[in-house]
Amino acid sequence: MSAILPPTEQLWWKHPLDRVEGTWIAIAFVWCLIMFFMMIYWHAVGRQNLSTVTYKTTPEQFLEKAQAAVDKYTVRTDEVTGNPVVAPPEGADVYLVSRLWSFWPVFEFEKDKTYRLHLTSMDYNHGFSLQPTNLNIQLVPGYEHVVTITPNQSGTFSIVCNEFCGIGHHTMVGRLYVK
Amino acid sequence: MAKATSYRTCPVSGLQFEVQAEGLIRANAVTAVVFLMIGGILALGVALTRWPAVHWLPADTFYQVLTAHGLDMLIFWMIFFEIAVLYFCASTLLRCRIATPKLAWLAYALMLVGAIMNNYAVYRGGSSVMMTSYVPMMAEPSFYLGLILFAVGALIGCFVFFGTLVVAKRDKTYEGSVPLVTFGAITAAIIAVFTLVSGAIILVPTWLLSIGVVDHVDPLVYRTIWWALGHSSQQINVAAHISVWYLVAAVVFGAKPMSERVSRMSFLLYILFLQLASAHHLLADPGLSTSWKIVNTSYFMYFAVLASMIHGLTVPGAMEVAQRQKGYVRGLFEWLRRAPWGNPVFSGVFISIIGFGFLGGISGVMMGTEQLNMLIHNTIYVPGHFHATVVIGTTLTFMALTYYLIPVLFKREVINPGLAKLQPYLFGLSMYFFCLVMMGAGTLGVSRRHWDMAFMGMPGAYEWPGAAYLMMGLVGISAVAAIVGGGIYIYVTVGSLLWGKKLPGGEPSASFTPVPRAAPTLAAQSYGSLGFAAPGTFVLAMVFLVAFVLYYFINWKYLSTLWGLS
Ligand code: HEM
Ligand SMILES: [Cu+2]
Ligand SMILES: [Cu+2]
Repeated sequence: MSAILPPTEQLWWKHPLDRVEGTWIAIAFVWCLIMFFMMIYWHAVGRQNLSTVTYKTTPEQFLEKAQAAVDKYTVRTDEVTGNPVVAPPEGADVYLVSRLWSFWPVFEFEKDKTYRLHLTSMDYNHGFSLQPTNLNIQLVPGYEHVVTITPNQSGTFSIVCNEFCGIGHHTMVGRLYVK
Repeated sequence: MAKATSYRTCPVSGLQFEVQAEGLIRANAVTAVVFLMIGGILALGVALTRWPAVHWLPADTFYQVLTAHGLDMLIFWMIFFEIAVLYFCASTLLRCRIATPKLAWLAYALMLVGAIMNNYAVYRGGSSVMMTSYVPMMAEPSFYLGLILFAVGALIGCFVFFGTLVVAKRDKTYEGSVPLVTFGAITAAIIAVFTLVSGAIILVPTWLLSIGVVDHVDPLVYRTIWWALGHSSQQINVAAHISVWYLVAAVVFGAKPMSERVSRMSFLLYILFLQLASAHHLLADPGLSTSWKIVNTSYFMYFAVLASMIHGLTVPGAMEVAQRQKGYVRGLFEWLRRAPWGNPVFSGVFISIIGFGFLGGISGVMMGTEQLNMLIHNTIYVPGHFHATVVIGTTLTFMALTYYLIPVLFKREVINPGLAKLQPYLFGLSMYFFCLVMMGAGTLGVSRRHWDMAFMGMPGAYEWPGAAYLMMGLVGISAVAAIVGGGIYIYVTVGSLLWGKKLPGGEPSASFTPVPRAAPTLAAQSYGSLGFAAPGTFVLAMVFLVAFVLYYFINWKYLSTLWGLS
């Protein structure tokens, strides 16, 4: 019963370890290092790394920029949601307005082209969950997060809010088209 | 002996209880079980609503019930029980009177008042903000005040624990170093102090915000510090339940730690690399640098993961060594086949070890990887993961410990041993399945904390694939099975305390008997002197490693097919 009794050996830190333990510690340690370096390696060669470009912002500032982009790039009105469909040129800055309980506007991207998507929240925390691709990013009010995205499939996508944001949370869903 | 108190030595287990400590351990443990019961009833509401075919509660009630479920389970059930475990590991294992019992009762009262105040705020309806209560979404002031009172109470409890260690040292109730289980409890308590202080740092300004004294709390700062509470407190649970694993290995098998040095060093790693933990929850957040995320999410190169992988080997390893010494030496697994599977103290812990490692551990490391986190952030994968750690890991372990404590601490016979025998299997195995299907649904993207997968038919709603609905249906079914398992636990424990046959508790005596040292048994005398002492466990560990490596790289493969992000 000795895990609940004081150890026999005066100095527990001199207690020898068994070969089973020694071997396992070595293996586990190597595996931990592999996992650690994998994250760094992916920054060097992987294509899915979350950007850390972030600015402080306010709802007014952000809305103004979003409106300007909508004015510039809107091509039509989305029949399903009634929101403007914004089709920016490659490399353009576009702004997703997330607020209780909607995403605005609708984007239309082209496959394999890159865009700078600005994300924030106007009020509470929200979630940006791109489906069915399943990419998930947190939206935090006051912080404008700029992610560079390159769609690699075409079709109709949804943006689901997956951070609890009050009683209308389960109705907060937006759209995105890729040509 | 400064103060008059009395001690009894339990005739069943040989443990010695001091009368004040005994009352405190009982009060904290019983209160914990009451919160578990409330949380379990709420779980029924949560699960039957997320089961799409049932979709039971209306939206506002669902969010309210989910808020209460998270708080009652993760905070109140766990921490009340952990305080009981701390007092047990100090006073009972060291055979020492508890320091400042009056303060300990004050701590208990504060925790109880805080918990009730917080619960009341949630049930009134104005505080359905989830346990994370991210600003700027605000709850009622009493929501925060309740949590603050609870945290202060728990903090006092930790200091009573430390005080008791000092008393034991001064009164020389033991010789040499504290037992390993107490050592683990010390780690848990140190982490608890760090955690509770972080909680105060962020909840006090938020409370002031709610009553209008402060006018702004930054949402990102809130998230960062809140998770120093939220994640680090999981490390308390881990340290506490691993201590209980060692305890159960000792009382069921008479097992000796394979190496005191390895096990204690692993506990120390938890403390050393703990402060970095909150990063896990912020990987998908703006505003934090990549290197900060990488270093912190891995708790500096995964040293805490390393520690858990070590404990995961040494606990069953110690059981194996003990069984082999009893003569169960045939093949790799005779020791395991001949284990007391009908004893819920053992079966609960063993189901917990396997589930915690395979389901909770592997998924936790996957989702805590900087880039892979984007695959599951805020999906129902996350509750799938933490029900494997905090329910299969901690809760099931505490349940198993209760079966041991009923005769020893509460001096009652367990009623209905047949049900008690079944309970860990029903609860544990249905929880395995529950966690797996939640993770499955999360891999398909289903959101957590979400009332309606159909988005109430909004124009432009997303249509989840049929498989996602199927998974969520299975979540509902397995949840009901698990809740029945939890109900049996409540029935057996509460029933035993009320109607169980009274057992003799041992005569009270005015002085303690000091703790003897462990008799030197067969233990490694030098590196490898026992040969390869636990080959069966080593094979299990290799199976674990293979599962881990495969699952880890499958997720990288999956990530590599997604949209480019930079
Ligand atoms: C039979 C037992 C249980 C069942 C069926 C159950 C069911 C659930 C479900 C379905 C959710 C996720 C709901 C959602 O995100 O939409 C959930 C959330 C949660 N559960 Fe449990 N649970 C059980 C026991 C426990 C226990 C024992 C603990 C803690 C020790 C716990 C802690 C939590 C927490 C912290 C959350 C997250 C709440 C939030 O998102 O704020 N649960 N539970
Ligand atoms: Cu939202
Ligand atoms: Cu939401």
